Amino acid sequence: MAKAKIDKELLLRVAANARLNLAEPEIKKFLPQMQAILDAFSMLDEIPDLKEEPSFQPIQLKNVFREDKAEKCLSQEQALSNTKHSKRGYFLGPKVVE
Amino acid sequence: MKTQSVSEFAAQAKTGNIDLEENTHKILDKILKAENCNFFNSVSKDLALHQARELKAKIKAGKQVGRLFGVPVSVKDCICVKGVESRAGSKILEGYFPTFDATVVLKAKAEGAIIIGKTSQDEFGFGTFSTNTGLGFKAPRNPLDSERSCGGSSGGSAGITAFADFTHVSIAESTGGSIACPASFCGVAGFTPTYGLVSRFGLIDYANSLDKIGSMGKTVADSALLLETISGHDEKDSTSLNEKISFSPEASAKGMKIGVIKEFFGEGINPDVSKIAWASIKKLEKSGAKIREISLPLNAKYAIPAYYLIAMAESSTNLAKYCGMRYGAHENLSGSFNEYFSKVRSNNFGEEAKRRILLGTFARMSGFRDAYYLRAMKARTKLINEFKLAFKEFDVLVNPTMPVIAPKFFEIEKLSPIEQYAMDLCTVPSNIAGLPHISINAGFSQKMPVGIMLTAGHLKEQILFKVASVLEESQ
Repeated sequence: MAKAKIDKELLLRVAANARLNLAEPEIKKFLPQMQAILDAFSMLDEIPDLKEEPSFQPIQLKNVFREDKAEKCLSQEQALSNTKHSKRGYFLGPKVVE
Repeated sequence: MKTQSVSEFAAQAKTGNIDLEENTHKILDKILKAENCNFFNSVSKDLALHQARELKAKIKAGKQVGRLFGVPVSVKDCICVKGVESRAGSKILEGYFPTFDATVVLKAKAEGAIIIGKTSQDEFGFGTFSTNTGLGFKAPRNPLDSERSCGGSSGGSAGITAFADFTHVSIAESTGGSIACPASFCGVAGFTPTYGLVSRFGLIDYANSLDKIGSMGKTVADSALLLETISGHDEKDSTSLNEKISFSPEASAKGMKIGVIKEFFGEGINPDVSKIAWASIKKLEKSGAKIREISLPLNAKYAIPAYYLIAMAESSTNLAKYCGMRYGAHENLSGSFNEYFSKVRSNNFGEEAKRRILLGTFARMSGFRDAYYLRAMKARTKLINEFKLAFKEFDVLVNPTMPVIAPKFFEIEKLSPIEQYAMDLCTVPSNIAGLPHISINAGFSQKMPVGIMLTAGHLKEQILFKVASVLEESQ
């Protein structure tokens, strides 16, 4: 793990990917913290002979299938019960095209 | 005063000797009076009283069944309860009233549990002290000393469990130690099961490959009984194991091979905490256990960075769904999709959530993914293998649950994020490997509880029950 240098440009690129707007005081706070955290994490580089397969789960799991049939699901009313933005039985989102 | 155990209470309640409506009223009053302890993010008064009345009707009809009959059960805020605001301690889920119950809640209700409320926590579980609360939430205060933390992230669950002078158990959740840590700081029993033993359906997830729903109680038996009722296969969770746990109530350590993890008694561990944990180990030896030291050098050194990279990467994808459209916090609709989503997320996530989203997004980004995320996943294999090797020789591994007693809030404020992460030294290894573990009280230092943690191999919960019961009886 080559130590990554976190600069403002990289931080803002990460934030844009994560859909977060960072205010200037947040940038000032997060920049050194992220650098310190990633520097500390880079100690994983020291692990000798890391040739193992990655463990995406802690326990070996089998792939699970079920019969392809329709099951009971939420009603339209239930599905919309937690939104403030709906119109004619659908979720209402921000504009996609101008 | 000793409270009735869960099984004693349920048996009494079934006879009609306890007026469940009255009992529930009393408990809700006590909770409301203790509001400034911040154990709850919401109290489900209407649901609890409705359930109590339903159970009373069942007694009348002669249909009183269930191992949790009439027992007040609190539920960590990150676990969905139908019709009760469930926010995982985050402002971004403000106003979210699930239209369904998590599988564990359904199971507990089917056993007659009365759901009294949603317990406070670090936002989405992102913390060790329940102080990384979401915007507008307050940290729970330790019932033994209100200037100290309850631990995290299931801080509210541990706090109310220790505080309660009534029969009560709590459904908690652990990703990297979030049951064991608060159990230790509040002096209660906290049981974290094997990964996959308890369904995660209906859990507002933090990190899918690490999250485990578990239990807390005043005693090992209470906590084990709750775990038993919520465990079992669930087809709604694709990682659910085809296993169910069934405890036989026995306390024995005779002939048990117990490994003392050397690294968790040395540097960074408060000497008083070490001493108290060792005193418990000596009690096990007196009960016939064979004690030997073992070294887990890889876990001691690399579990923290591997865990945090995996947890942050997974949480950054899990939290991508919060965008102010279908549930939770909303803003006025304006701008493009990206502008709207960014506005909602920036205004409603707390500081630690943002920090972890940023770090997790970075670790998964093109050009960095192999070096960080994938390397952490490979390291996890090595860490699991180190445990597997240890369990060829030992039945149980033991260490102090936390390196310190519950710190004071002003002490926590001084810690940098990396110093806070380092506090999880002893709890993270068992969690990253999905191993069952229990934390119980081992004694007191400066009048605050010190927890001892026992870990066993996958699906060996019964062994933990036996050994933990010996320690509990010796207290």
